[in-house]
Amino acid sequence: MDAILLQILNGLDKGSAYALIALGLTLIFGTLGVVNFAHGALFMIGAFCAVTLQKIFNLYSVVIDPTKTDFLGNPLKVKVPYVESWFGEVAGQAIINWSVPLAILFAIPIMVAVGYIMERGLIKHFYKRPHADQILVTFGLAIVLQEIIKAFYGANPIPTPAPDAFKGSFDFGAIIGFAENTIIYPYWRLIYFLFSAVVIGLVFAFLQFTTFGMVVRAGMADRETVGLLGINIDRRFTLMFGIAAAVAGLAGVMYTPINPPNYHMGMDFLVLSFVVVVVGGMGSLPGAVLAGFLLGILESFASMNEVKSLLPGIDQIIIYLVAMVVLLTRPRGLMGRAGVMEE
Amino acid sequence: MSYLEVRGVNKRFGGLQALDDVNLSVEAGTIHAIIGPNGAGKSTLLNCFVGKLIPDTGTVTFDGQSLLGLKPHEINQTGVSRVFQTPEIFSDLSVLENVMIPCLAKRDGAFKLNAITAMSGQTDIREKAEQMLLDVSMQDKMHMAASSLSRGDKRRLEMAMCLSQDPKLLLLDEPTAGMARADTNNTIDLLKEIQEKRKITKVVIEHDMHVVFSLAQKISVLAQGHVIVEDKPENIKGHPKVKEAYLGGAH
Amino acid sequence: MFGNLQKNDRLLMIFFIIMVLAGPIILAPFGAGYPDLLQRFAIFGIFAIGFNILFGLTGYLSFGHAAFLGVGSYSAVWMFKLLTMNVVPALLLSVAVAGVFALLIGYVSLRRSGIYFSILTLAFAQMSYNLAYSVLTPITNGETGLQLNLNDPRILDAADTSGSIPSTNFFGLAMNSTAKFDVLGMTLQFNVGFYFCALILIGAFYLALRIFRSPFGMMLRAIKTNQNRLNYTGLNTRPYTLAAFVISGMYAGLAGGLMAITDPLAGAERMQWTASGEVVLMTILGGAGTMMGPVLGAGFIKYFENIFSKINDNVLHAWFSLLPDGLENLLVGILHFFVGKGWHLTLGIVFMLVVIFLPGGLVDGATRIMKRIMNRGKSDSASAKSAAE
Repeated sequence: MDAILLQILNGLDKGSAYALIALGLTLIFGTLGVVNFAHGALFMIGAFCAVTLQKIFNLYSVVIDPTKTDFLGNPLKVKVPYVESWFGEVAGQAIINWSVPLAILFAIPIMVAVGYIMERGLIKHFYKRPHADQILVTFGLAIVLQEIIKAFYGANPIPTPAPDAFKGSFDFGAIIGFAENTIIYPYWRLIYFLFSAVVIGLVFAFLQFTTFGMVVRAGMADRETVGLLGINIDRRFTLMFGIAAAVAGLAGVMYTPINPPNYHMGMDFLVLSFVVVVVGGMGSLPGAVLAGFLLGILESFASMNEVKSLLPGIDQIIIYLVAMVVLLTRPRGLMGRAGVMEE
Repeated sequence: MSYLEVRGVNKRFGGLQALDDVNLSVEAGTIHAIIGPNGAGKSTLLNCFVGKLIPDTGTVTFDGQSLLGLKPHEINQTGVSRVFQTPEIFSDLSVLENVMIPCLAKRDGAFKLNAITAMSGQTDIREKAEQMLLDVSMQDKMHMAASSLSRGDKRRLEMAMCLSQDPKLLLLDEPTAGMARADTNNTIDLLKEIQEKRKITKVVIEHDMHVVFSLAQKISVLAQGHVIVEDKPENIKGHPKVKEAYLGGAH
Repeated sequence: MFGNLQKNDRLLMIFFIIMVLAGPIILAPFGAGYPDLLQRFAIFGIFAIGFNILFGLTGYLSFGHAAFLGVGSYSAVWMFKLLTMNVVPALLLSVAVAGVFALLIGYVSLRRSGIYFSILTLAFAQMSYNLAYSVLTPITNGETGLQLNLNDPRILDAADTSGSIPSTNFFGLAMNSTAKFDVLGMTLQFNVGFYFCALILIGAFYLALRIFRSPFGMMLRAIKTNQNRLNYTGLNTRPYTLAAFVISGMYAGLAGGLMAITDPLAGAERMQWTASGEVVLMTILGGAGTMMGPVLGAGFIKYFENIFSKINDNVLHAWFSLLPDGLENLLVGILHFFVGKGWHLTLGIVFMLVVIFLPGGLVDGATRIMKRIMNRGKSDSASAKSAAE
């Protein structure tokens, strides 16, 4: 029982990332009818927002510390980050330490802007072109974005730690009544899951309770009719693209402490997120979220040693296998509407 | 024994009874029209003939063979061709190629891996296709791209594609939908001409009365998924049930 | 020789053969006349020709074709290890194994079309890549890649006493032997490996041409424009698409086998999605659905990859050394991102530009320019005429 619970928990963080990316993909596909191969790149850009903010906070000036001397007896030159000299040592260090959560604030405007530029500057011109062209141009864009990141940040993963307060793990099992030390869970993974749940909740609430959301949902169901009502849906869909980009970006920001970001993380996640969308049902938002968590957890079960010794390599391919079975037996996906993209 | 026989066909979509115990018999060599107001189930019925939909209950037999459960291409291979409401052609191909494909399908069956012989060597297919285009007076447009044809010519081409297979049964789904009066009359003339040259059994779905009465030998009137009358055109015209169905409907 | 081909196609074929066979001479002035690069032109040409049969002709965008390339390479290297260094059995196995793989993957993927098909093929390729890196390590040798060893059995070959790994050969003709001639200050290199690849490229091109002009090819084009009509015309589209998929998979396997012949090792990175994306790019850039396009696209990309990745900051500084220092540094600083290791960035940008502005590829662009020039010529003469009257 505790082993099962542990695997479910282990699957949650990846599942959260899948769910957030898949949610954005579905929003874009559902509203704009565009298959966005550059969505993984948005996730990556989000992660690098965190990296950038960390770097900015660590910018320093060299000052002479008169109280200390180096081994030659000269006054010691020390590097003092600007944030420390501006806000004082304690506050400054706290800011540096909390750079990942702070990057959320930093990332939202950047991601919305990136999404807006992408949609207005490129995607807009591809609404009437065939799906293959949309795939190809966003695929090209994904390459360009990841190569730009590579050019500036290098090819190696960049460690971006969580705040000290959330480092380490806690005994989740003991809290809920299992034997001690059976379910050890890192704090940050829990936070990542909670964060994702909040973001998903916000997106759904937004779509459910605002007029804007209502129009968007109506547009997802039947774009032409809404167009006939005289509502400028294109405008709203542009903003939708920005929101989808922000969701993917935030998923990336918060994921950095779990896995140090590198330039190709976007593509790695994109392929899996597509599979998630397909399994959940093209155009179904709840389906994307459900399938994201489901596949994350399934992947975590498949990587248990007991399973791997039985079926070697299953952890590498389980998600793809599930996707194939779903596509062949129930092409509309778990929660997709009948008739939508079933061919 | 009628050629196309529909017995007790029902089809439900969720809460909507699209077809309600439909019976129909089409005699060989005749033009049989199915008319009815919008939403009467005409297209649903047609889709049950061609393998796109499978009725919930009932039978569809053609020339003694059941069509139920067959795929569209298998049904075509039994000799049923279909003309669509908006012409379905191969727009990237030339007009001649458009007609050569059904000729190949007729000769080689549903699949043949004929990857090495050249198309230019298929003289029998080419001659047949050229003759067909001559028959519908499109020989001078043979080498045009099909996408550049006018709407009327696209219809003509689609008709030629179907006829080139020498079908035993030709299904026409609103062949004059959205056409100007002149085009409609041309299409009627074309169909009449074809009927004189080759006695192909035809089922025409239509809501343009003018077309129906100038072509059909027999008419079935469909309303709310049900055949309310099946009779000769002259008897249909003043039929009270038909009037009621149309006045109650969109017309 | 080319019975059944129309006159234009015969000319195209002859032109193609001359261009390919004279490759080492024609390309020498461009610095591309050396065996390694020429072989890559030919191999990727074959890969792209095969991909074009599926994408250009049938309209199915596969994002997983690199998987077949990788499978072909692994098969060939295993043949070199176990049986013989002769290339014939290796190539036969490459094509056969890739064909079987394509049959399996195609059977499943072709149940869907459009974007679903693309995603399915992408998923299959990623799956193969993951497996090659993990569980299949006994077959693929994981991250290191599959290599030849001195103590491989090679049961058909005579015992080798030279102490070095033997070269791949075609019944004794070593693939790496090269004849060099110095002409007009250039070195012309005629390499066995290249001519072997070139002959296969010509064969592959000829076969593709036959397919394009055959009833089968016409059906594939019909599938691309209107699958619905084809179904209602009595044709079963699935075996047609599957046949196209398998044929193009076998082309990819052939290309993979040839890669192993010119450089006998195989790694999983050959199966990655970037490699699949590259062949898509080659085909689009040249012109999907045209005969010459894919070959041109492959040559174009491999040529500029070679040029661009060799340029480093020193080369750039040398280029702009005549400019004032500030400007020189600025230009070098900007261009730095696009050359050398930044080649992929340039590639991505080219990719986007082509899809946006030239969806028909280079061949289409060239035809359009030709037409415009012809039309201008016509209207010029017409206006001259009217002016004279």
